[in-house]
Amino acid sequence: MSVKLAWTKNTDPRSNCDAYDDAMLELMDKDQRYIHIDCDLLGCINGKRIKSAHPDRLINAGIAEANAVGVAAGLASTGFIPFVHSFGVFSARRAFDQAFLSAGYSRWPVHILGTDPGVTAGANGATHMPFEDGALYMSVPNAVVLDPCDYAQTYALTKKSAAYPELTYMRMIRKKFKTVYADGTDFEIGKGIVLREGTDVTIIASGIMVNNALEAEELLRKEGISAAVIDMFTWKPLDEELIVEYAKKTGAVVTAENHQAYCGLGSAVANVLAKNCPVPQEFIGIQNLYGQAASQDYLEKVYGLTAEDIAKAAKKAIGRK
Amino acid sequence: MNKEEKMKELRVFAARIRLETMRIISHFGKGHVGGSMSLADAFAVLYGSIINVDPENPAWEDRDYCVLSKGHAGPVMYATLGLKGFFPVEEAYTLNQNGTDFPSHTDRTKTKGVDLTTGSLGQGISEAAGAALGHKLLNKSNYVYVFVGDGECDEGQVWEAAQFAAHYHLDHMIALVDNNGRQLDGTTDEVMSHPKGIGAKFEAFGWNVIDVKDGNDVEQIYDALTKAKQTNGNPTAIILHTIKGKGATFAEPTGAHSSSPAKEVWDEAVKACEESLAEIEKEASL
Ligand SMILES: Cc1ncc(C[n+]2csc(CCOP(=O)(O)OP(=O)(O)O)c2C)c(N)n1
Repeated sequence: MSVKLAWTKNTDPRSNCDAYDDAMLELMDKDQRYIHIDCDLLGCINGKRIKSAHPDRLINAGIAEANAVGVAAGLASTGFIPFVHSFGVFSARRAFDQAFLSAGYSRWPVHILGTDPGVTAGANGATHMPFEDGALYMSVPNAVVLDPCDYAQTYALTKKSAAYPELTYMRMIRKKFKTVYADGTDFEIGKGIVLREGTDVTIIASGIMVNNALEAEELLRKEGISAAVIDMFTWKPLDEELIVEYAKKTGAVVTAENHQAYCGLGSAVANVLAKNCPVPQEFIGIQNLYGQAASQDYLEKVYGLTAEDIAKAAKKAIGRK
Repeated sequence: MNKEEKMKELRVFAARIRLETMRIISHFGKGHVGGSMSLADAFAVLYGSIINVDPENPAWEDRDYCVLSKGHAGPVMYATLGLKGFFPVEEAYTLNQNGTDFPSHTDRTKTKGVDLTTGSLGQGISEAAGAALGHKLLNKSNYVYVFVGDGECDEGQVWEAAQFAAHYHLDHMIALVDNNGRQLDGTTDEVMSHPKGIGAKFEAFGWNVIDVKDGNDVEQIYDALTKAKQTNGNPTAIILHTIKGKGATFAEPTGAHSSSPAKEVWDEAVKACEESLAEIEKEASL
């Protein structure tokens, strides 16, 4: 794993979903087994270019997500490796029984994409704002759950998912977003990345919260507090070793997720800490609330997901040592 | 009022709804223009002459229900409810802005006059069936009107609701299918087709089906709704052959699902709706 950081707080000029398209096009060019199934949302991930390159392996299942995931399982039984896309709310909640049984329990390599994770759904509002998709997929035995933060990570994890022999779920940011890693950075499923070394507290984040965690580290540094920052883009299987190592080293943890705080990354980390090394932990995430239609910036403030919120939680966790 | 005058009035109401729908979305700059504008005429007929509601008392228990199962067309319902007096229509100009009560998709917890929450396609028609059954169990005669998209009809849930409504003889349930021939990724024929038509499917499920050749013509819609209310024993589906984006200068020619044109283009489009309203008002007063 060679990590090249490229965090400048700048927004990538590319839409994040292009990372998936780029990776998928390469996979499909080389290997006839890869196939993309969409649910009338191909236009939302700029997927028309996959369609023109491989019209025979671009299947539009219409607005029928449960059927699409069932179809994916059937395709897998004939040797195809399907990726299925819809918005995260539908990929998770609407197709969950099919994902669980037809794909997960049946042990087929079906790869599910849920776009617009959490507050990135913005103006699409409550009905389109998944705060629980990760929780659902984490409950499937053996499933992989990924929450990438930028183009390079989405690109690499698309390829890693493609090679994974079981059900995977990726929370995929669709729009333009801040760059964290340089293109070409490689990632391994199940291995967190230490982005900042620190001694007083460890911030464990994923997805859009990686950017906010890095900003929180800067705020804390100004106050003389040394915070480690870990990008935990794999929620399952979780990098337990790294969590325990940093909990021992810093004695306090803050988890930061764009998801319900009581059933996502935070609770998975708490599970590891309780078993191995109980230290104070604070949970940044959605606090038992539904979504709403508004801008992403506003929502990050309303739901307490900002760098300032993380820094405050870090001080609280340190105070509880 | 004779029928001819009534139709004139409804045409004016439809033009007002079109204009306000465009104003509402233009304030945010981006939204589901296509699927909102195709329904302006049906909303005008329903709220202008058919539905039994009280803007002063949105929770009136004898009211008819209206469910926008294709919830992304929220703006056309907000325009209609605003013009009907449920709230000042200008309030809906806050569409999707931080803290708004007017989100993209219709939400009963936020907006007066919205009976059931939608946005996940397929769910509204089941909710409508439940409401129709509830009224029936309570020996009440309220009607439930539900707007369904033709793309939405891809969802299995639509057909689960259809079989349920027929099985329980929910004859006070009237579905209006916005058969504009388009969904998000293209035409329904390209994305997911209905080889014998959506009407044939509803018929096979045991519904009465009324085909409205021009679903943007208030008189044809009025006749269909009037007829639907006279049928006994089974639910009715009205298939409205509409034009996606009807009356929106930039969306009608392309049939676009979601649009975010430049400010000047918005201004032109709103102006075109103002002019069209003035013209229809003039015709109506002749
Ligand atoms: C269950 C579900 N899947 C996907 C979507 C995203 N989506 C919103 S509108 C739309 C297309 C709807 O087409 P149609 O029902 O024909 O509506 P219209 O063209 O009249 O706007 C899609 C796919 C959704 N809202 N709900």
